[in-house]
Amino acid sequence: MALSWLLLILLALAVIGYFTGRSRALASAGGNARELHSLPSYYGYNVAFTALVPALGVLIIWLLVQPMIIDNAISGLIPDNAIAEGSDRGLVMSEVRRVADGLNGAVAAGTMTEAQAQNANADIDTLTAALKDAGQVLTQDITQPILMAAQKYRSMTSSGSVAMQVVVLALALLGAAFAYVRTNKEFRARNVVEQGVLALLLLAASIAILTTVGIVLSMFFETLNFFQLHSWKDFFFGSTWAPNFRGGSELSILPLLWGTLYISVIALLVAVPIGLFAAVYLSEYASTVTRSVAKPLLEILAGIPTIVYGLFALLTVGPALVSLFGNGGALGLGWMASSNAVLTAGLVMGIMLIPFVSSLSDDIINAVPQSIRDGSLGLGATKSETVRQVVLPAALPGIVGAILLAASRAIGETMIVVMAAGAIAKFSGNPFEAMTTITTRIVSQLTGDTDFASPETLVAFALGLTLFIITLGLNIFALYIVRKYREQYE
Amino acid sequence: MNQMTSVERTVDSKNIKIAANNVQVHYGDTHAIKDVNVEIEDKTVTAFIGPSGCGKSTFLRCLNRMNDTIDICRVQGDILLDGEDIYDKRVDPVQLRAKVGMVFQKPNPFPKSIYDNVAYGPRIHGLAKNKAELDEIVEKSLRRGAIWDEVKDRLDAPGTGLSGGQQQRLCIARAVATEPEVLLMDEPCSALDPIATAQVEELIDDLRARYSVVIVTHSMQQAARVSQKTAFFHLGNLVEFGETGQIFTNPVDPRTESYITGRIG
Repeated sequence: MALSWLLLILLALAVIGYFTGRSRALASAGGNARELHSLPSYYGYNVAFTALVPALGVLIIWLLVQPMIIDNAISGLIPDNAIAEGSDRGLVMSEVRRVADGLNGAVAAGTMTEAQAQNANADIDTLTAALKDAGQVLTQDITQPILMAAQKYRSMTSSGSVAMQVVVLALALLGAAFAYVRTNKEFRARNVVEQGVLALLLLAASIAILTTVGIVLSMFFETLNFFQLHSWKDFFFGSTWAPNFRGGSELSILPLLWGTLYISVIALLVAVPIGLFAAVYLSEYASTVTRSVAKPLLEILAGIPTIVYGLFALLTVGPALVSLFGNGGALGLGWMASSNAVLTAGLVMGIMLIPFVSSLSDDIINAVPQSIRDGSLGLGATKSETVRQVVLPAALPGIVGAILLAASRAIGETMIVVMAAGAIAKFSGNPFEAMTTITTRIVSQLTGDTDFASPETLVAFALGLTLFIITLGLNIFALYIVRKYREQYE
Repeated sequence: MNQMTSVERTVDSKNIKIAANNVQVHYGDTHAIKDVNVEIEDKTVTAFIGPSGCGKSTFLRCLNRMNDTIDICRVQGDILLDGEDIYDKRVDPVQLRAKVGMVFQKPNPFPKSIYDNVAYGPRIHGLAKNKAELDEIVEKSLRRGAIWDEVKDRLDAPGTGLSGGQQQRLCIARAVATEPEVLLMDEPCSALDPIATAQVEELIDDLRARYSVVIVTHSMQQAARVSQKTAFFHLGNLVEFGETGQIFTNPVDPRTESYITGRIG
């Protein structure tokens, strides 16, 4: 029986549970719903949920755990001499799974009988031919141990899933019966259902938090591995970034951090004034019509994928800057050699950040109460005096928060810098030179052939964790600023 | 502070500070103020009373052109301040508002220190040449707002941290600091408790010595307590305008009588 059928049956059970629970509750009150503690539908929901939730929970856990147990059991069956030179147990196991899938496929397609598939003494050549005829994919020749393991794998999987179906259905029926028996007019179904909803909300919140913890932990352990292979002093305090896959690399974060911060600062220098002024115009001066047109248009900028910004930098902004500042350029300065430069990446990233700054600031400025604007205007202040001296100071904490949020994005931004900033790690104050950032290096250390035992690959995790800690620190700092300057209007 | 005292209260001066002739106000399609004529005297407290939505606040906001900040609002007719039309093209509404100060229904101190709240107007209008002069203006204004003794030791504390009544007196001090000639008050006590209300009312009575005060109020008792002249608005019309004592004891118009006796409201 396929999983979808099982789910359908569970769902049907829940629906039946709902209606029987509901009618039992009504019957216990002699058909008068006002006699019941809760609305009749709550009794129905109670039965449906009690049937569904534990069964689904067990189903999910079973689906996750069963393959692990079977894999462990089967890989113990494969003798060491069955593993070819240059291969490992994992590769053999995936071949086993492939053969098992192939046998399943062949049986399902009717080219092979169940008996043939289970025949341990089958001739391997015929079997291989039969599988290939059935259109199954095999990457290497089947050997006797692999066939044995695959057949064992099949039988364990199928008995496992039969057991699962039995357990899940039994649990659903038990749950439904339990809730059904409990249903009578005194039973506080409404409270129970609300407890269930509360648990559901809690589950959703904890999944989000646990995922974050999981991400951090996974990076943390890889980072520990890295520091066992490479000195932490070089990583944090070295001055050179020179990965060398033959060993003996110098992997210091500082040049990368410099590039990251330099580009982010340029981006913020572009985005903050433009975004803030746009927000002030939109929220204080623009007519309702202008605002209703301009604000969505500005927010379209936020919807452009960053790779497109990268193309824009590569094809338009970079060459334009070179034609201004480059050799033989309009200004005749000869400062800029290539279109890959800090300035290019910073400018385009700044454009990307404008909608973040303006949209958030606009909301924050709009949240400043009209009463204090009236107070200022009533004292004979002009509109711009009001904005500058009353509205913006009142909105400052929120605006600082918006700017720091934009800074976090700038530091973590990848695609634009990959395409426009270049790949040279160095300390330099010249915005016309190419530089590189932490995110760019993470990409380049992890793409292509990677060996997860070398410091040159593992350094990516150390970089990622450092980046995470920096942005986390920035967010905490933002919260601190916001709290410190928060003014209460009420 | 009861009705009888206001009957006996004499009016110090008969100078007309503000004269409104045939004022009409439209909000979009709504005709909010219909043909209002009123003369507001100097050094007098004039109260505008009437049921909710009768247009008294709207009319008050015409007197310093605060309605200009509302796009859909149109004002017709003449409003003369010291004989000059305030809706004339040559009049800068910003300058006008420095002369005609306003205190709002809800206390609205700026999220700044007490000192900066009061110094805001003088700074904008360049009333003080140096820090010492500004300090002096701030102290004088806070004294006139009858709040100096409560805040003199914490002028750097945020104005938003004061109690409701203190905030409202701070707002009055802030309005006084720009040395206005007229003070408009839009239900200044409606968000305050009775004790704070009594303090603000006492303050309003003191302010009469220097300014012409116009107060919009929901409370007839308050109008009777603080004002010398009362205007009764109903459905956008100015129904009756006269001495406070006369309005409350011997109204001419039957609608005024119905309102003050509580039959409409």
